[in-house]
Amino acid sequence: MKHLFAIESISAGYDGKVVLNDVSLEVEPDDFIGIIGPNGGGKTTLLRVILGLLRPYSGRLDFSNLKKNEIGYLPQVAQGDTLFPVTVEDVVLSGLMINKRLTGRMTRDDRRRAAGVMEELGLVPFAGSALNELSGGQLQRVYLARAIIGSPRLLLLDEPATYVDPSFEADFYEKLRILNSKMAIMMVSHDVGTISAYVKSFACVNGSVHYHPHGKITEEDLRDYGCPIQLVTHGNVPHVVLQKH
Amino acid sequence: MGIFEYSFVLKSLLGALFASITAGIIGTYIVSRRLVFLSGGITHASFGGIGLGYYLGIDPVLGAAFFGLSSALGIEYLSEKSKMREDSAIGILWAFGMAVGIIFIYLTPGYAPNLMSYLFGSILTVTWTDILTLGIMSAALIIYTFLFYRVLLYVSFDENYARTFTGKVSLFKYISVGLTGLAIVFNIRMAGVILIISLLTIPANIIMLFTRKYQKIVIWSFVLSFIGISGGFALSWVTSLPTGAVIVFVLVVFWLIARMVKSLMKKSELSPALSQQIKNQMSK
Repeated sequence: MKHLFAIESISAGYDGKVVLNDVSLEVEPDDFIGIIGPNGGGKTTLLRVILGLLRPYSGRLDFSNLKKNEIGYLPQVAQGDTLFPVTVEDVVLSGLMINKRLTGRMTRDDRRRAAGVMEELGLVPFAGSALNELSGGQLQRVYLARAIIGSPRLLLLDEPATYVDPSFEADFYEKLRILNSKMAIMMVSHDVGTISAYVKSFACVNGSVHYHPHGKITEEDLRDYGCPIQLVTHGNVPHVVLQKH
Repeated sequence: MGIFEYSFVLKSLLGALFASITAGIIGTYIVSRRLVFLSGGITHASFGGIGLGYYLGIDPVLGAAFFGLSSALGIEYLSEKSKMREDSAIGILWAFGMAVGIIFIYLTPGYAPNLMSYLFGSILTVTWTDILTLGIMSAALIIYTFLFYRVLLYVSFDENYARTFTGKVSLFKYISVGLTGLAIVFNIRMAGVILIISLLTIPANIIMLFTRKYQKIVIWSFVLSFIGISGGFALSWVTSLPTGAVIVFVLVVFWLIARMVKSLMKKSELSPALSQQIKNQMSK
């Protein structure tokens, strides 16, 4: 299969300090990759490089089969100011800005698209609500709606379940599984046990990247990859028994 | 009505109109982005420019504009580069501006200027040139906000996400904070260094009690400011009390009434989102 995009020998970091060293990764159009690794290992840095928010020191990104505006992004929830006076519909619409000029305005068609995505994610009753009126799970669905309104071919998620109520976590991942039929997904998570039930492969990030081509991973695999994290599971999500392949 | 009174009323109404545009656009921006303290810093730092203007024999508002703009861009730069804690930088500029202003006014030969009019504002000192400057400033603010409404909204709300769709986030932040500095300075003669901050914060705060839609906050803050400022002017004229202080008094009364109305509304109904959450819980 022709890859969707590729990272080739990328080194990147901040203020001259290298966080990712000579990293390569190919992503296929139907991939669902769990990005795991210890804190400070470079998971978010990897996403920032793909998004073009961080210029790598060396290496290249192969975007020959993917346009920059075909990437959807769901950042860590804590980044948004929930007291800011903006409605749910406005936040969802911001996902279309990548296709607009700086003076661009939202059209009726844009609002129809927003309504469609909000319908899909059960957000219609909250369209005119402020963000501070929502629960963590609802807020996360708003940001997911923003990420997918532009019908991306690659969806990047940075710890999407952090503030999601455990009772809604399974529902959230189920929605991602459905979305995966239409787009590749790369998802940063600390909850390896839980996401094992949904992802198709793992990328263990700890300075370097080790690609694990299965949705099941063991502590021994992680040790081999130099990726010292605990295999924990949170919430009520059905998860797989973790075995060595 | 005599020609002097007619001119005074016209100047007051135009002053109120332009100050209200500033309150609507800049007020909503600084309250939403939690930049009220920064605005206070810019306002007080610009007092240094007023003193320098007197000392050099140029229009004090020009000096204030230079100080206001420099401090606004300087604080944004320090904050952007994380070179220094933003509140510390503001605190230093705040005191430094006032100190410079007082020193230069002290050094200025001849009669000491009427500082009260700069500290507390007075429509009597506002010239037609000031009104024209305010008019141009207001037009610039309206055009800037109208043209780039969506980008400004999203950069203000979540600049990290905004960086995924534009590489000009920093540029927009600098332009916005620069316009904030200039808008504050050009309103100083009318509202005063000490009182202008309330003009920028109270109307937006009142409207935010009733809506979370940014566009509506801008428009209704403008309307409320115009009513408050015009009312303040009229009351100040009748009572011969300082204009800036009377305007703030009127706006604070509006704010108290709004709080009471909001409190009554809360008691009588629940928000749609909360109602929906309760329904969801009940249906489980």
